Amino acid sequence: MPKTLFEKVWESHVVAQEPGAPAVLYIDLHLVHEVTSPQAFDGLRRRGLKVRRPDRTFATIDHSVPTIRPDLSLADPLAARQIRQLQQNAKEFGIQLLDLDHPQRGIVHVIGPELGLTQPGMTIVCGDSHTSTHGAFGALAFGIGTSEVEHVLATQCLLQSRPKTFEVRLEGRLAKGVTAKDIILALIAQIGVGGGTGHVFEYRGSAISRLSMEERMTICNMSIEAGARAGMIAPDETTFEYLYGRPFAPQGKAWEKAVAWWRTLPTDEGAHFDRSVMLDVSRLEPMITYGTTPAMAIPISGRIPAPETAADSTQRATLEKALQYMQLQPGQSLLGQKVNVVFIGSCTNGRLSDLRQAAMVLKGRKVAPGVRMIVTPGSEGVRRQAEAEGLDRIFKEAGAEWRHAGCSMCIAMNGDQLQPGEYAVSTTNRNFEGRQGKGGRTFLASPLTAAAAALHGFIVDPRTLLS
Amino acid sequence: MPPFTRLTSRVVALPVDNIDTDQIIPAQFLKITDKSGLAEALFYSWRYHPDGRPNEAFVLNQPQAQGAQILLAGDNFGCGSSREHAPWALIAWGFRAVISSSFADIFRNNALKNGLLPVKVEPAILNTLFNLLKEQPQAEFTIDLASQTLSYPGGQTEFPIDPFSKTCLLEGVDELGYLLRFLPQIEAFETSHVLWRE
Ligand code: SF4
Repeated sequence: MPKTLFEKVWESHVVAQEPGAPAVLYIDLHLVHEVTSPQAFDGLRRRGLKVRRPDRTFATIDHSVPTIRPDLSLADPLAARQIRQLQQNAKEFGIQLLDLDHPQRGIVHVIGPELGLTQPGMTIVCGDSHTSTHGAFGALAFGIGTSEVEHVLATQCLLQSRPKTFEVRLEGRLAKGVTAKDIILALIAQIGVGGGTGHVFEYRGSAISRLSMEERMTICNMSIEAGARAGMIAPDETTFEYLYGRPFAPQGKAWEKAVAWWRTLPTDEGAHFDRSVMLDVSRLEPMITYGTTPAMAIPISGRIPAPETAADSTQRATLEKALQYMQLQPGQSLLGQKVNVVFIGSCTNGRLSDLRQAAMVLKGRKVAPGVRMIVTPGSEGVRRQAEAEGLDRIFKEAGAEWRHAGCSMCIAMNGDQLQPGEYAVSTTNRNFEGRQGKGGRTFLASPLTAAAAALHGFIVDPRTLLS
Repeated sequence: MPPFTRLTSRVVALPVDNIDTDQIIPAQFLKITDKSGLAEALFYSWRYHPDGRPNEAFVLNQPQAQGAQILLAGDNFGCGSSREHAPWALIAWGFRAVISSSFADIFRNNALKNGLLPVKVEPAILNTLFNLLKEQPQAEFTIDLASQTLSYPGGQTEFPIDPFSKTCLLEGVDELGYLLRFLPQIEAFETSHVLWRE
């Protein structure tokens, strides 16, 4: 029977399954961060349990770390206490921690791939919904809650009911100035924030094959914003090339054996998907959100829809509430919309290629007066590479703040946040009410669109800046 | 986990689609290392104005919401983050069940592990329920897990739940206890499972 990538990975990880019960699914890699783990470690202590496979568990500090300097004296007392708790738990349970001063520390979904921890065919979990990022390597990777973090710590397994499969076929060539971020925003706008619920996406097609690993990660990252359990992309030469020589990637003979197995993972000809959708990416423009879910997105030259066009009264009320919060009008274009803050970073768009794109727009130019621009690399590794290329100087000379690695203004837990009423163009993944600070208003977009807005102080079509 | 069998209660209506976990509990409250203070944090940004005054117009601040144990919400409830603080906060406030036409996967999993029942109904029924509460804000609903039925003034509907979660909820069984029974199989699995890093 022809099988999908998902089926191959799933089936090779089922330890047991009793009738009427979910599968006991083995987890190859468990990533841990400070925010969703303390209660799980407490649970272990209460039951007198150990971490079963400390060698398959990696912890890092990202969500609430100050990005001015990764120094706890700059953190608020609660955040500092939570970070110390993780340091303490890592020590007590013998887990590898990329601590505050570690040269590879960074956002959990940036460092996994960077270190070669993330590999094709693996099952990967983390107490974090954007774990879907790692699916770009052909891993089955998904976010879990704190109870499940405790389950994995204790048993290296999870109870999971089998999700359905959803083929997302992306064909065509991207126009200049249109990026992976625009593809995923367009997809979410098309199928909705609940469109993928209960399913695992597999992104396939010629447009996907042409993307770099970093671009593929941007797409898989936001699978969860369409409600999907996970997003996957079959491993290919691009994947192997990226992984080769990374610290935790297999070496020598083991590398060859691994690649031989990885080559068997792609979906077989004729395999069945439960659902399917096709998107021609050659027709896309840069995308930008106008509302308070990632699905409330339009092409940059488009206009905000009218609530009257909604299908039912709750949908209409939802859109009205979003526009009320954003203080925007139906029918309005976003071009020319004033912006107070520009944020470049996060596990969606905080990798080296993202910083290069933003720097390309900013080079030799200045951020508009009155605009605050923050650039936060996704990891300390990205930070060093960017500095080696001189990107930090481009940002600083343009008037932007150049930071250390962390989640920063993506989740506004570390003090980097919008003030009530401020508008931001952000390369992150969530424009929910208050996500970037209470009362703050977020437009999600690509690094190109964000950098272009920083130069003007209002939203512009980034293609006008690309010669 | 406390068992869930049958619940009769008044209902709080939040007719908004895609209520995300950042609304249920904003990130500023995720810095705890235990589960304290979450009742106060539930829907914080909707309950309080930026200057800290309670927003009297928000349903949780109104008298009829006090003591209600059922939340009725728009489609795709609980989308967004994996934070289990969301069901913890709903439970801390006093909710035992949420009714919607769909739930985000991670939220649903998290809720079930904490004895908070997600009740999924057809979109048309959800609409009926919202209209009913507009006319009778004090109406009581009854949720019976064993028969998987939701009863409301003038009607009744069935809701789906997988048999495993249902048993766990009815008996208050803890899933980790179940999982730990598989340790011998897990060890056997590991001996044949390919581990490239070793
Ligand atoms: S960067 Fe944002 S989305 Fe990514 S892990 Fe951090 S908080 Fe979550």
